[in-house]
Amino acid sequence: MADKIKVTIDGKSVEVEPGTTILNAARQIGGDIVPPAMCYYSKLKGSGGKCRTCLVKVAQGSEKDPRPMPKLVASCQTQVMDGMVVENTTSPEVIEARKGIVEMLLINHPLDCPVCDQAGECDLQNLSFEHGASNSRYEFERRTFERVDIGDKVQLHMNRCILCYRCVYTADQITEGRVHGVLNRGDKSEISTYISAAIENDFSGNVIDVCPVGALTDKTFRFKNRVWFTKPVDAHRDCEHEKCSGKVVLWYKGEDVLRVTARKDQYGEVESFICNTCRFDKKATSDWTIEGPRKIDETSVISSNHYEMAHPLPVIEKNPALIEANKKMFHKKIK
Amino acid sequence: MNLAFSEQALALSKELMKRYPEGKQKSALIPILHIAQAEFNGWLSSDAMDYVASVIGIKPIEVYEVASFYSMFNLKPVGKCVLEVCHTGPCAINGAEGLIAYLENKLNIKVGQTTTDGMFTLKAVECLGSCGSAPMLQCGVNYYENLTNEKADDLISKLKTENRLQAYTDIK
Amino acid sequence: MSRKILLEHIDVPGINTFETYRKMGGYRSVEKALKTMSPDDVVEEVKKSGMRGRGGAGFPTGMKWSFLAKPEGKPRYLVCNADESEPGTFKDRYLMEKIPHALIEGMITSSYALGAKTSYIYIRGEYFYVLRILEKAIAEAYANGFLGKNILGSGYDLDLYVHPGAGAYICGEETALLESLEGKRGNPRVKPPFPAIAGLYACPTVVNNVETIAAVAPIVNMGGDEYAKIGIGRSTGTKLISASGHINNPGIYEIELGLPVEEFIYSDKYCGGIKNGKRLKAVVAGGSSVPILPANLILKTANNEARLMSYESLSDGGFVSGTMLGSGGFIVYDEDSCIVRNTWNFSRFYHHESCGQCSPCREGTGWMEKVLHRIEYGHGKLSDIDLLVEVSKKIEGNTICPLGDAAAWPVASAIRHFREEFEWHINEAKLSQTRNFGLLAAHEAPVK
Repeated sequence: MADKIKVTIDGKSVEVEPGTTILNAARQIGGDIVPPAMCYYSKLKGSGGKCRTCLVKVAQGSEKDPRPMPKLVASCQTQVMDGMVVENTTSPEVIEARKGIVEMLLINHPLDCPVCDQAGECDLQNLSFEHGASNSRYEFERRTFERVDIGDKVQLHMNRCILCYRCVYTADQITEGRVHGVLNRGDKSEISTYISAAIENDFSGNVIDVCPVGALTDKTFRFKNRVWFTKPVDAHRDCEHEKCSGKVVLWYKGEDVLRVTARKDQYGEVESFICNTCRFDKKATSDWTIEGPRKIDETSVISSNHYEMAHPLPVIEKNPALIEANKKMFHKKIK
Repeated sequence: MNLAFSEQALALSKELMKRYPEGKQKSALIPILHIAQAEFNGWLSSDAMDYVASVIGIKPIEVYEVASFYSMFNLKPVGKCVLEVCHTGPCAINGAEGLIAYLENKLNIKVGQTTTDGMFTLKAVECLGSCGSAPMLQCGVNYYENLTNEKADDLISKLKTENRLQAYTDIK
Repeated sequence: MSRKILLEHIDVPGINTFETYRKMGGYRSVEKALKTMSPDDVVEEVKKSGMRGRGGAGFPTGMKWSFLAKPEGKPRYLVCNADESEPGTFKDRYLMEKIPHALIEGMITSSYALGAKTSYIYIRGEYFYVLRILEKAIAEAYANGFLGKNILGSGYDLDLYVHPGAGAYICGEETALLESLEGKRGNPRVKPPFPAIAGLYACPTVVNNVETIAAVAPIVNMGGDEYAKIGIGRSTGTKLISASGHINNPGIYEIELGLPVEEFIYSDKYCGGIKNGKRLKAVVAGGSSVPILPANLILKTANNEARLMSYESLSDGGFVSGTMLGSGGFIVYDEDSCIVRNTWNFSRFYHHESCGQCSPCREGTGWMEKVLHRIEYGHGKLSDIDLLVEVSKKIEGNTICPLGDAAAWPVASAIRHFREEFEWHINEAKLSQTRNFGLLAAHEAPVK
């Protein structure tokens, strides 16, 4: 194995394998210095480079050639060099550019968060909250499309799409027989099947999980509830599908499982892809082995109402592990 | 799907696919889409695109993605003669706007429309690389340059007399 | 300063045929290279010539060639970029149409230098009639033993094909061109890797402009050192300039780099002055994407030196007071031209041509067009001017490919030099719908 190389991001150093991108090096460091990524997805080959939210400044190219790079670079695509010095949150230029990118991403986004199923777990919502300006200077009509069902389980709201291409890569790499893609050009580009076609195969539901916004949503969950009123619980089952991990998050409301998703890591990426049977057909607690409550970032809106303490879920009451895991919450609530 | 290429067009398509290395036959997609447009009345229906996909051996969506990206492919029916007037910079300052207005008036259609007899479709297009001979238009494979209203009249008469599909490519 | 190299025999009847082209000395570079030079020798001559890419970016061709990776067991490709689509540029069409063999000869000699066994000419789909001309010329070259197996008995094999695009300016960007050649949407690739490492079919590839490749033949014939003596400083050789707009003699001119801009505009040998005896207002010197300059700055640099048709002189003063040679698309505007309308027009073009892959360009180009449209049609606000500058800055440098810059520069430069005209358009909204702003005294060039 080649020697590890050193990169410094916002003053924090880390040693990584050669070939690592700046973004992944930053993720190894963790914390606030990690650039946001709306299109890059580590599990999808070829993804990234498009949204430009992860732009960073390379203040020093490498130990050998310390010249800075002339333009901001996409951290998800740029490989680190030994001795590279990167500025993300410490560069006003980056902050300003990112604010611009967020504004661009929002000019044609409908801002219909109050009626969007993705609200509360939307990467664009989080991005604009953290990096955006408080108001838009765009005064023209937004681009609009009709809502379409692509298959009986997935709905496409093209208005909300930011053209990250993740769902296209997913269909290419995780499923067999891609039937949707990006059509047209420029700001008329859209995700579409062109002719009305259903995306139907055992793994098609994964396009919902990889979508950073509410463009692809689970029709079986549509308008059932706001995510922050539901309780995420880790569970698994011995899935007969060999490519499916069977490891999921069950989203409970009361005793009902409203939704099943793959488990997402802190960067919003699924830990492993799941099949449509697990996602759409297994919605009884009895289908699953419950592991315990899903850890949700404390700043997420989903944690705001994490467990209804006055009326703990039956699933929690019956499971000592869940009671233990929620002690802090119980305690907080009782005080 | 009941569409199919003529024998000649199919032979030409197979010939074109040989120009690219083994396994890279998708490279012939754009040239073959041009042939399809010439074969199928100047535009690409979804059936036409599905047919092209089957000729090359790729997924239909791969054809839709490409056909919808390039401005020379018509995804809706067009007239036999598509008059594409360049209206970018150098043409715009040398009479393109007047030419478009003249043609709109003469053909009694707006840009983007087709005459009721299905003869002419009028388009305003971006730079065709004929900036020194403005105003100009393209119809099928031909460039018509340094146009005046009189020349445009003559062209319209000529195209009416020819009364055939003016395609970008001929199938030989 | 009127030396012709590429167009030396342009007026010879029948120069579009193999026979006449050959009679006038054509294909000598192929003979010389294949019989007396190694591929590296050819690369060396091109390096020595100092020729810079004629497509717009101006990167030294020899250096680009020397970056080409040569891994075992992988084919290498030469792809000619004949996707000429930059508004104001029509030189490649002229060259290919009039002297197709000049490009074919350059392709053979260059392919030999790079070790390519299959080469492609990617031509924009609109030039289908030119594609037919090239195919005819290629057939003649095959028939005469300059293409195919064992060319001139040298043991070198080359197949050459012409491949049409289908209407997309973005395919002039080399990685978008390669995607398109692979039968995909013309989405530029994220770089690195550069085509020299992983280009067509992930193999090492060189993409060069038509004029660049055509110039390789005379470089090999006369030797790189001789070629380097032509021109001025680091702007070596001759350049085809596409002249359009409000001039008496629009057309293609081969100039020796270093020709004074003033002579180019006013001499009867070239543009022949402004049409209808009007005064010069502005020039876009290198295709629509380069900064527009008012008359005073295109004729003289900020240091009051004569502006020359060269890479260095045109960019003298940076973007504050200079521009770029670009692709050589020279668009001239007379005193009655409306800069706001022209800027909106270019902005519409870039909006139309954005591939839509990356967010700043996809969204920003449309935004700029809408704001400019509003100003042009009398509904603008004064704050729109700064908004345009802001939006252009958010696009510039932040995109996957240079189309973002190309969209931003015309807007930023028009406002930089013609802010008064934009303000007038907004303040005098009604009046601006009936007449043009005219020419500011400060911008005026001496009357010719």
